[in-house]
Amino acid sequence: MFDWVQNMADWLVYDALNLEKGAHLTEALNFFIYDTTKILILLFVVIFFMGIVNSFFPIDKVKNYLSRKKLYGLEYLMASLFGVVTPFCSCSSVPLFIGFVKGGIPLGVTFAFLITSPLVNEVAIGLFVGLFGIKTTIIYVVSGVLLGTISGIILQRLKLESYLTPWVQEILANAQIEQDIFQEEKQSFKHRLKIIWAEVMTILKGIIPYVIAGIGIGALMHGYIPEGFFEQYMGKDNLLAVPIATILAIPMYSNASGILPVVQVLVTKGIPLGTAIAFMMAVVGLSLPEAMLLKKVMTLKLIAIFFGVVTICIIISGYVFNMIL
Amino acid sequence: MSKVIKILGTGCPKCKTMTGIVQEVVKENHIDATIEKVEDIVQIMKFNIMTTPALVIDDIVLIKGRVPSKEEVLALFN
Repeated sequence: MFDWVQNMADWLVYDALNLEKGAHLTEALNFFIYDTTKILILLFVVIFFMGIVNSFFPIDKVKNYLSRKKLYGLEYLMASLFGVVTPFCSCSSVPLFIGFVKGGIPLGVTFAFLITSPLVNEVAIGLFVGLFGIKTTIIYVVSGVLLGTISGIILQRLKLESYLTPWVQEILANAQIEQDIFQEEKQSFKHRLKIIWAEVMTILKGIIPYVIAGIGIGALMHGYIPEGFFEQYMGKDNLLAVPIATILAIPMYSNASGILPVVQVLVTKGIPLGTAIAFMMAVVGLSLPEAMLLKKVMTLKLIAIFFGVVTICIIISGYVFNMIL
Repeated sequence: MSKVIKILGTGCPKCKTMTGIVQEVVKENHIDATIEKVEDIVQIMKFNIMTTPALVIDDIVLIKGRVPSKEEVLALFN
C-alpha cells in the first residue's frame, strides 16, 4: 500500500539528491522521508475518522449513557472503549473525572475511561499502523482496552471513595443518576465536517514537531546502532527488563507521537516488543504532570494506589506481549 | 449592553489559544464586553462541562472542548 512512498523516498534520496546508496547518512535520510510521509498520511486518515465518530458520540452523551444504563459489569469495558474514541487532553482529565463522579458513575468505571483514553487514541493508532502494521496494532488496542477495563474493576473493588479530596466527596454525595438533558449542538453534517476538519488540522499541527523529532531520533538510531544491539542487555530471557522499563518510564512524559517512532527503532534493534510497549504505555499513560493535575481531586494515597495498579497491569501485559509476539 | 465573556480552562495551551482568539475578536470588532479567565477547577465545574477550554457568554456555555475560529466567535456576538 505504501510502495509508492518508498519509491518516492528512493527517487528523492538516490536520484534527486544523488546520495551514495548504502551510506549511513543516506539510509537514515531515506528512512526518515519514507517514515514521515507514511505516518503523516496514516495519522490524517485515522484522526479524521475518529473526529467523525467523536462528533456523534461527544463526551456528554457518553457520560449520560454510562450513568443511565445498567450494564451488568460491562460498563467497565464500555467506559474503556469510549476512552478510545474520545480524544484525550491531559488538561481535561480533571473536569472529566468530576463530570463522571457527578453523573453517579462508579469510581472504577471512571478510572477505566481515564486509563484507556491516553493509551489508545487516534494518534497512537495511526502511528502504530504505520510503524508496526495492522496485526500488532490490533493486539495493542485490545490489550490497552483490557488494561483499562481490568484496572478499573480492581480499583472499584478497593473501595477508594474515602481517598478523594473533600470537595469531590461532597460532589459524590450529591451525585445524581438523572442527568440534565444534554443539549446537542444542532449542526448539519457539512458544518460538522468543517469543525472536524479544523480539529484534524489543529491536532496534526500540534503533533507534527513531535513526530518529526521522534522519527528523526529513530532514523539516527536506525542508521548508527547495529541490529540486535540491545538484545544482549534486554532480551526476552531477562525477566527484570519489563518492570525496569515500566518503572523508568513513569516519571517521563511524552505523548504517543513522540515516543512511538523511538520505540519502533528500539524493537528493530533487539528490544522485545512487549518490553518496548510496556515502556511506551507507562510513558504515555502515567506521568508526573498527570499526578500533579489529579492532586486536585485525589489524595496522594489514592494517586499512589491508582498508579500502582496500572503499573502492575502494564508489567503483566508486557510479559504477555513478549510471550505471544 | 456589555457582555460578560468567561473562558474556562485550567491553563492548558488550548485555553491560551482560545483566550487570544476571543481577545482579538473583541478588540477588532469593538465589542462591548469584559473577558474573564476562569482557572479554578471548582468554579469551572459549576458550568457542568467536561472538556476544556470552554467559552461562556452571559453565563451560557457556547463552545466546549475545542478552539473555535475567529469567524465562529464573531458569529456568536451577532
